[in-house]
Amino acid sequence: MKISVTVNGKRYERDVEPRTLLAYFLRESLGLTGTHVGCDTSSCGVCVVVLDGEKAVKSCTMLAVMADGHEIMTIEGLVQGGVLHPLQQGFWDQHGLQCGYCTPGMMMTSWVLLKQNPNPSEAEIREGLSGNLCRCTGYQNIVKAVEQAAAAMQSQPVETVA
Amino acid sequence: MFPAPFDYHRPGSLDETLVLLAQYGGDARVLAGGQSLIPAMRFRLARPAVLVDINQLDELAYVREADGMLAIGALARDAALERSSLIESSYPLLFDTSAVVADPVVRQMGTVVGSLCHNDPSGDWSVTALASRAQIVVRGSTGTRVVPIDEFLVDSFSTAVAEGEIALEVRFPSPPPRTSGSYQKIERKVGDFATSAAAAQITLGDDGTVAQIGIAIGAAGPTATRVADAESALRGIKPTKDAIRAAADAARKIADPVADPRGSVEFKKDMAGVLVGRALLAAFERLGVGGLR
Amino acid sequence: MSTTIEPTPTPERHAMGKSMKRKEDPRFIRGHGRYLDDFTLPGMLWMSLVHSPYPHARIVKIDKTAALAVPGVVAVLTGEDLAAHNLAWIPTFHGYDKQMVLAVGKVLYQYQEVAGVIASSREIAQDAAELVDVEYEPLDPVVNPFQSRDDKIILRDDRENKTNHIYHWEVGKREETDAAIAASDVSIKERIVFQRCHPAPLEPCGILADMNPATGRLTLYLTSQAPHAHRTVVSLVTGIPEDKIHVISPDLGGGFGNKVPVYPGYVVSAAASVVLGVPVKWIETRTENLTTTGFARDYHMDVEIGASKDGRVTALKVATVADHGAFDAAADPTKYPAGLFGIVTGSYDFPTAFTELDAYFTNKAPGGVAYRCSFRVTEASFAIERGMELLARKLNMDPSELRLLNFVKKEQFPYPSPLGFVYDSGDYHMTLRKALDMIGYEDLRKEQAEKRERGELMGIGISTFTEAVGAGPSKHFDIMGIKMFDSAEIRVHPTGSAILRAGTKSQGQGHETTWAQIAAEELGLDPQNIMVEEGDTDTAPYGLGTYASRSTPVAGAAIAMASRKIREKARKIAAHLLEAAVDDVEWTNYKFQVKGQPDHALTMQEIAFAAYTNPAPDSEPGLEATYYYDPPNLTFPYGAYIAVVDVDRETGAVKVRRFLAIDDCGTVINPMVVEGQIHGGLTEGFAIAFMQEIVYDESGNNLNTNFTEYLVPTSLETPHWETSSTCTPSPHHPIGAKGVGESPNVGSPAAFVNAVMDALAPLGVQHIDMPLTREKVWHACRQAATA
Repeated sequence: MKISVTVNGKRYERDVEPRTLLAYFLRESLGLTGTHVGCDTSSCGVCVVVLDGEKAVKSCTMLAVMADGHEIMTIEGLVQGGVLHPLQQGFWDQHGLQCGYCTPGMMMTSWVLLKQNPNPSEAEIREGLSGNLCRCTGYQNIVKAVEQAAAAMQSQPVETVA
Repeated sequence: MFPAPFDYHRPGSLDETLVLLAQYGGDARVLAGGQSLIPAMRFRLARPAVLVDINQLDELAYVREADGMLAIGALARDAALERSSLIESSYPLLFDTSAVVADPVVRQMGTVVGSLCHNDPSGDWSVTALASRAQIVVRGSTGTRVVPIDEFLVDSFSTAVAEGEIALEVRFPSPPPRTSGSYQKIERKVGDFATSAAAAQITLGDDGTVAQIGIAIGAAGPTATRVADAESALRGIKPTKDAIRAAADAARKIADPVADPRGSVEFKKDMAGVLVGRALLAAFERLGVGGLR
Repeated sequence: MSTTIEPTPTPERHAMGKSMKRKEDPRFIRGHGRYLDDFTLPGMLWMSLVHSPYPHARIVKIDKTAALAVPGVVAVLTGEDLAAHNLAWIPTFHGYDKQMVLAVGKVLYQYQEVAGVIASSREIAQDAAELVDVEYEPLDPVVNPFQSRDDKIILRDDRENKTNHIYHWEVGKREETDAAIAASDVSIKERIVFQRCHPAPLEPCGILADMNPATGRLTLYLTSQAPHAHRTVVSLVTGIPEDKIHVISPDLGGGFGNKVPVYPGYVVSAAASVVLGVPVKWIETRTENLTTTGFARDYHMDVEIGASKDGRVTALKVATVADHGAFDAAADPTKYPAGLFGIVTGSYDFPTAFTELDAYFTNKAPGGVAYRCSFRVTEASFAIERGMELLARKLNMDPSELRLLNFVKKEQFPYPSPLGFVYDSGDYHMTLRKALDMIGYEDLRKEQAEKRERGELMGIGISTFTEAVGAGPSKHFDIMGIKMFDSAEIRVHPTGSAILRAGTKSQGQGHETTWAQIAAEELGLDPQNIMVEEGDTDTAPYGLGTYASRSTPVAGAAIAMASRKIREKARKIAAHLLEAAVDDVEWTNYKFQVKGQPDHALTMQEIAFAAYTNPAPDSEPGLEATYYYDPPNLTFPYGAYIAVVDVDRETGAVKVRRFLAIDDCGTVINPMVVEGQIHGGLTEGFAIAFMQEIVYDESGNNLNTNFTEYLVPTSLETPHWETSSTCTPSPHHPIGAKGVGESPNVGSPAAFVNAVMDALAPLGVQHIDMPLTREKVWHACRQAATA
């Protein structure tokens, strides 16, 4: 089936089997391997991407055909004009990653979280990220990373790219 | 892991959806949020020959109050309730529930109606729907019916939706003044189904007695279960510690869970009681009734 | 009990001891990490495995017809096909046993690999795997080691010895220990089980095998914590010369010991690529990960401690029954079948001790990997720390006082332990006192007493563990005969930047940063311009890899020593440039200078340039060195952990209110990285204490086959961690470092369990085995209520 999906601002038309999962479409049809896969049960969240600028979704629990006509943002779309997004800066500064496997999904979930709640408390961040597993960091520095990003985004609103 | 092959249809209208469902009957499954269906298909525990994807039907993505009812459309995501000020202010039981279904990412795709249709014995929404006496609007090619939740939940993973039909909407009666509720869930971790769950919704009369009440438990039988004995015992009286304790015991008595890795029958039966007690206590306290601890 | 702790003086350093941001992060935060499944090759095929639904069954027949008929299927391999290439069985790591690649004759555990399907896509491979028709004749399973012990059902008919008993191992003085315990005023004895669990890194295991028929070279992209060891194993098993094998271990999405062994999926894929002459990829599903690849623990330990009535310990005895599953695939050094379990005397000065262990086969998945743990040190630490807690209770003594009374004293180091280790350094009293002080121990005990009056359940748990890590000295440590040294190669470029290669393999530990910091510290170079490369056997010097907290103790030392070799050569170049005698040139302030003449100084960068442009006469140009470091001893990191919990009597829920970890890992290379390692390890310890377990039912079915049942805690359950440190450097390590990645996972389970047992003490509860689920705690509370 032919689908047309806008990913990180770029429109792609591809032919896919209906059973193709969005995560594999991104990784294998589009070569965007920053989105990972870690389980088969919608548990781990390493595959999270942003759908239509408003929903964090587990892309291994969504069919690629469901994204037809929609916009997807992946980790590769977070850098704008060569400048790190405050979330990327936060994860780096606060040692919010170790093996890096959960990191893209964590940042995508955080991106939506901060869009909905620009100034979250520690408890709200912990709640908001509880659909994403991390096996390395114990989450504490991830929380700090999101706090740093929230503060940075409040003081210097990121310009929306037209 | 990948689903077995299937035919995929994405109808552009409800009518088209009904035509497809009528055409494929039992071979077709409706795809809404997909948060239960897609993992089941990846494990090939579900192998629908046809998927009818309703995600394009934006007109079903509503949460609105009308005619004394809160209507939640088939495409309204769990997260829509979690972030709704209307739900937060007027539907405390629903608000509680919306925050503990699955995990916060799954809730951004998962739907309330889809969860009810899936009817997992440990699901959350069916418990809350029972306690708040919800109704489900079901449509087929021959017309629309409104099914009370008690009749909707037929058996585990089975509902009153027949082949060729679709559940369009769930309706929760808008609570009268002096109504509150609470949802209590024990889960092993975020994202788990309930080890045990209880929902309570209470309306107090002007004299402080219980005018309306709904109590239900989850993970305590083939479907969510109404604790009718506790409801009738509390109805018409002023709440007391003893009455709450008796309601909890009624839940323990009626609970009929299965042993699984989440817990033994003995544990789950006791938790049904503990959680019913806690749900009632929280609901009464939200209504300003103290001294019940 | 308030004491003032003098801060350990740290001289201002050039590169070490600083929380330098990680050099590997820029690619990860952009989604440009390269993990195994990110590699694809033209013409690549996919492999999917067929698994046994039975834990124990004879294979009657395997019919490939339907699978082969699926369009896109290229081959279906079975154990018999592999047997034709002598690949049906492979040796296990320590060489005592062998394991099946694909089942031949019978299956020995549920989910065992029975066939491999090679196809043109992942989906088709899975479709066809479902169609491989295997006829089984089910046999009665043996699902626990105590049942296995009676040998009524012999599991391994391939072995000469018709018994399920794998081996007996013991160390220490049995009679002396028994006599000492019998003569003690007080003693405790408890069966303590460390449950079967699984490392479950978020990235599953996988391989992309690429046999190039034109060159005859086999390239293996592999999720490998030990790429060189894997290259050697592949060569030994297949007979392919080692120069024709290239192992590339790319970015790893966690390992925790899971990516040490060789798995059937690797062998089948590699064999398929060799036979077909095209690349073949296999990526494990989460279910395959949890049901077939390296589990950990599964030790049933009978712990006995004797003590005088004033609380001095007299003897320790631990007798263990170990469940090894269907094959003895435990990844322990050859001479240490039970790993470093002899560390079981812990931080305490036992006059005598004895430990023995018997290992058995069962119809469960093989493994026994060092899951975020130096070979069985986690089991041992849990046993002693639980034992000391039980002893404190029996003596009616505060558990901190009992520990302070029995600690090995600072002046006793190097301390020969009764079970054969020589602990390098430590100041256990200082570290525990710091922990008690920081957490406000006395106030917590007061609060607890008040709560107990009101019937509330609050608990405080201590764990003061000692690890043995950094395997190891070649005299004692080898894997398949290969000595457990590690290596580093450093090349300084003309302009003063460098490349550093090591035989280790980071899985998130941050080697690209910390290795650069060590070399930069030793050489006075900029760590930002020292590129670290690991995981490619064509370029890296031979090393045994990263597990068992051995990277910093062994490879970290190799890096320091290689740097020092470079420095010695640089000294000669400096002397030449400064026109001074070599002996008159000293390394001061990260520069070479003529003794006492800071004006006559050269930086390493200047010397590097000269090494290529103006080398000293009669000297070899260039500036590089390789060092293979054979450690003289293990290192012994330790810590003092305190957990504070509140227990909900009605539901059995445990809330970890506070957790303080004081770690002493000797010299710290990067405090930020160390803290990150501790947070992560504590979280895994928390998971083990409260939720993680691989359970088999009575019929041998695995009940924890994916992340909906094998529970990994989320940000919401995970407690907030408080951390601090003390520093007693290792006297025998070139930079005094000891290793830290595993301490928190080793030390914390006992702190959690001790805290919960302390909370339940008023109810008379002695011990509950992990994981401490709500139901277990509820059950204990309820029994007390009805008693």
